[in-house]
Amino acid sequence: MLYSIGKDSAVMLHLAIKAFYPSRPPFPLLHVDTGWKFREMITFRDRKVKELGLELLVHINEDGVREGVGPFSHGSAYHTDVMKTAGLKQALDKYGFDAAFGGARRDEEKSRAKERIISVRTAGHRWDPKRQRPEIWNLYNTRLQKGESLRAFPLSNWTELDIWQYIRRENIELVPLYFAAPRPVVDWNGTMIMLDDDRVPPDIAVQATTKSVRFRTLGCYPLTGAVESTATTLDDVIQEILLTTTSERQGRAIDKDQAASMEKKKQEGYF
Amino acid sequence: MRLHDDLIAEDIGAYLEAHEQKSLLRFITCGSVDDGKSTLIGRLLYDSKMIFEDQLATLEADSKKVGTQGDSIDFALLVDGLAAEREQGITIDVAYRFFATQKRKFIVADTPGHEQYTRNMATGASTADAAILMIDARKGILTQTRRHSIIATLLGIRHLVLAINKMDLVGYEQSVYDAIVADYQAFAEVLPGKLDIVPIPISALAGTNITERSPETPWYAGPSLMDYLETVEIAKEAETLPLRMPVQWVNRPNLDFRGFSGQIASGRVRPGDRIRSLPSGRETTITRIVTASGDLDEAVAGQSITLTFADEIDTSRGDVIAAATQPPEVSDQFQVKLLWMSEQPLLPGRRYFLKSGTRTVSATVNAPKHGIDVNTMADTAARTLELNQIGVTTIALEQPIPFDPYTDNRLTGSFILIDRQTNDTVALGLIDFSLRRAANIHWQALDITREALAEQKNQQATVLWFTGLSGSGKSTIANALQKRLYAMGRHTFILDGDNVRHGLNRDLGFTDADRVENIRRVSNVARLMTDAGLIVLVSFISPFRAERQMARALMAEGEFIEIHVDTPLDVAEQRDVKGLYKKARAGEIRNFTGIDSPYEPPLNPELRINTVGQSAEDAAEEILKFLAWRGVFEI
Ligand SMILES: Nc1nc2c(ncn2[C@@H]2O[C@H](COP(=O)(O)OP(=O)(O)OP(=O)(O)O)[C@@H](O)[C@H]2O)c(=O)[nH]1
Ligand SMILES: [Mg+2]
Repeated sequence: MLYSIGKDSAVMLHLAIKAFYPSRPPFPLLHVDTGWKFREMITFRDRKVKELGLELLVHINEDGVREGVGPFSHGSAYHTDVMKTAGLKQALDKYGFDAAFGGARRDEEKSRAKERIISVRTAGHRWDPKRQRPEIWNLYNTRLQKGESLRAFPLSNWTELDIWQYIRRENIELVPLYFAAPRPVVDWNGTMIMLDDDRVPPDIAVQATTKSVRFRTLGCYPLTGAVESTATTLDDVIQEILLTTTSERQGRAIDKDQAASMEKKKQEGYF
Repeated sequence: MRLHDDLIAEDIGAYLEAHEQKSLLRFITCGSVDDGKSTLIGRLLYDSKMIFEDQLATLEADSKKVGTQGDSIDFALLVDGLAAEREQGITIDVAYRFFATQKRKFIVADTPGHEQYTRNMATGASTADAAILMIDARKGILTQTRRHSIIATLLGIRHLVLAINKMDLVGYEQSVYDAIVADYQAFAEVLPGKLDIVPIPISALAGTNITERSPETPWYAGPSLMDYLETVEIAKEAETLPLRMPVQWVNRPNLDFRGFSGQIASGRVRPGDRIRSLPSGRETTITRIVTASGDLDEAVAGQSITLTFADEIDTSRGDVIAAATQPPEVSDQFQVKLLWMSEQPLLPGRRYFLKSGTRTVSATVNAPKHGIDVNTMADTAARTLELNQIGVTTIALEQPIPFDPYTDNRLTGSFILIDRQTNDTVALGLIDFSLRRAANIHWQALDITREALAEQKNQQATVLWFTGLSGSGKSTIANALQKRLYAMGRHTFILDGDNVRHGLNRDLGFTDADRVENIRRVSNVARLMTDAGLIVLVSFISPFRAERQMARALMAEGEFIEIHVDTPLDVAEQRDVKGLYKKARAGEIRNFTGIDSPYEPPLNPELRINTVGQSAEDAAEEILKFLAWRGVFEI
């Protein structure tokens, strides 16, 4: 099960624990680290996994680390390609998983809206939107040819509001970054990012100010846009989200790169 | 997600609780190409304020670039998310979109109108409660309108909205609307089930009669589309049916706990209920309903739970836990309806995987009894089923499965067929009824067993299945081998492709379907001969893996030996003993293996014979040694 530490991952993990109870989920969690996640995410991840007694595999693209790839030096697109997409492929190949759960939802983005709950990927992890299997009733065809693997998206039909509502109902713990707090932020390429460590180039870092912000999604800190907010409780956060006028993905630099970008990324093996 | 609900700002807690209580309606839009399905959904999302500012900005830019409406907004682009769809201005695959109003939550599947993508329409329809059937007011009812009506109603959708769209292009003329409604009602007579059909004149583009009744159609007195969607009654039928729970997983965290996990397909269950586990038929009592949030007093259709039993009865993944007093039938032969979803037509007699509930079994699909005309629902003659064709046929399973007729229970009466080679989902199926032949024809018990018959001949019954290209040397080697075996006093028989086609299989040609039937008959004859204790030498091109696999499965364990006479095509063609390759190359023979019909070489044959630089006698010797080594007889 892909575990990205965000709110969707938290819900998916919670569902898995409930589904297999009283047994534990019979699969490990996989986190593809990019080396640029918020530090609070990593702390939260390690504590959570220990609490739950689950197996966690962490993979990082060592080639990228050696090359010194990062968003500031190489740009968001290249960084995401190498550290996230290629890193994930490496990890799936390394462990030889034939199936992986992901927390993607159809309401996130137009090409996601077209993807099946069970999505077959070729030996090179590519998605072919023209060869999707019909998914009828609740009958999922999970048969694979040699080398193929599949992605399962159990949250496909959840909306962002469903996620928040479920977190509220089930009392699911989240990384504190989802709640407003004074944090050092700075504008980088039109996105308000947080100074999470000292790798932000000095010329950008000097302009930082402290603002009360929270995050709507979590990823690499230089690529995740903060929103100004005073919402410190779950109900406040949900209220703000419901009254907002922009979409959740707007904060993500990667989606702005080009139209139909997600479809293309998935064909290339993005999760 | 702007719901413009004052409650959000005033009391978020109360709002969330109210939202959680809202019922969910799943519906689809369907109909012919360009009738305006995607536009309508875009419009519904827009009007229910589900479009964010950044998305609207993108939509406006996209509309100018690739839209079909000049500089105005092309709402279809909100839904047609694939690059190919935007380029061609059509929908190719289903899109699922979500929206909510103050009264309800909705999941809508936008399905493609193109005939080529009918299977994607069926994907959307299988889980829908209601269907919006779009009709272009200028064109009226088209073949695809009828096809989608039939598929939607066969799959069990009872609520149909007849959305007569593009009324703006016919001057909002009532007579146009009335004529189409009358036409449709005449057609709807043939549709199965008790239907609730509501016609509404709309313009998806202009927003007429979408959220409220519009002044353009003063003659129309019915509900707006949104009014209808918000109020149509959806029966929670599944909860009222008898209990069915397909077992997904046997839950064994430790030696003291053994539970059965799955999602309840229909009915309800309580501790103390008497249940029957199928296909075994053993009964027991439910002791607990276990969930991570504590044990439950009752669980209903749709809930995922773990059940524990009072007695240790054998139950595993794929079995069905059912109400003891109202259990499903168990059978291995059915009459079914199929909707064929693959470019490769149905090959009658071929074996496919059948998945029903959580169980997958091997199934042989017989030739269709008849097709179903998508214009009239009338029976049509059909020898096979092509992409998007609907037909009635019978299937035989390798093992019996529990089931209900589809009209009684959507989840336990449905299945998909999967191609064994490509793993593609090739058909969806609805079970009509069990043929019960399985129960009525019993094996005549015989006193002299097949083992005794083989022992008498001092040998082990075996099938030697020679496969390879025409002219590869199958018959020559089989002949040489039979001479050796005969000299050793073994009891043998040769089934030769050419010879059998003179008699038993005289009626078959060389199409893919006929080749499958050819092999089915021959392998059954070979099986009877092994029952008689013979060593059977079958020499057939048998080009398809699936059919050789079918023959193998028919024989008793260990009695099937596949011998690949592995002569390369160029060598066989050079030999051309019967002059057939020459004719095939000249186009005088069609469907010739290796030339214009495929040969699938065995992946793991028991024996592979190389004929280049080896005589038929040497090959026979090699096979003989192999048989002795296998213990078929002693040399
Ligand atoms: N004038 C007018 N044009 C419409 C209306 N509804 C849709 N259209 C136009 O009809 C064309 C086809 O609309 P789509 O929504 O793409 O049709 P569709 O049914 O989704 O087509 P497929 O999914 O490819 O089968 C587009 O150019 C729309 O703008 C309407 O009510 N009035
Ligand atoms: Mg469309």
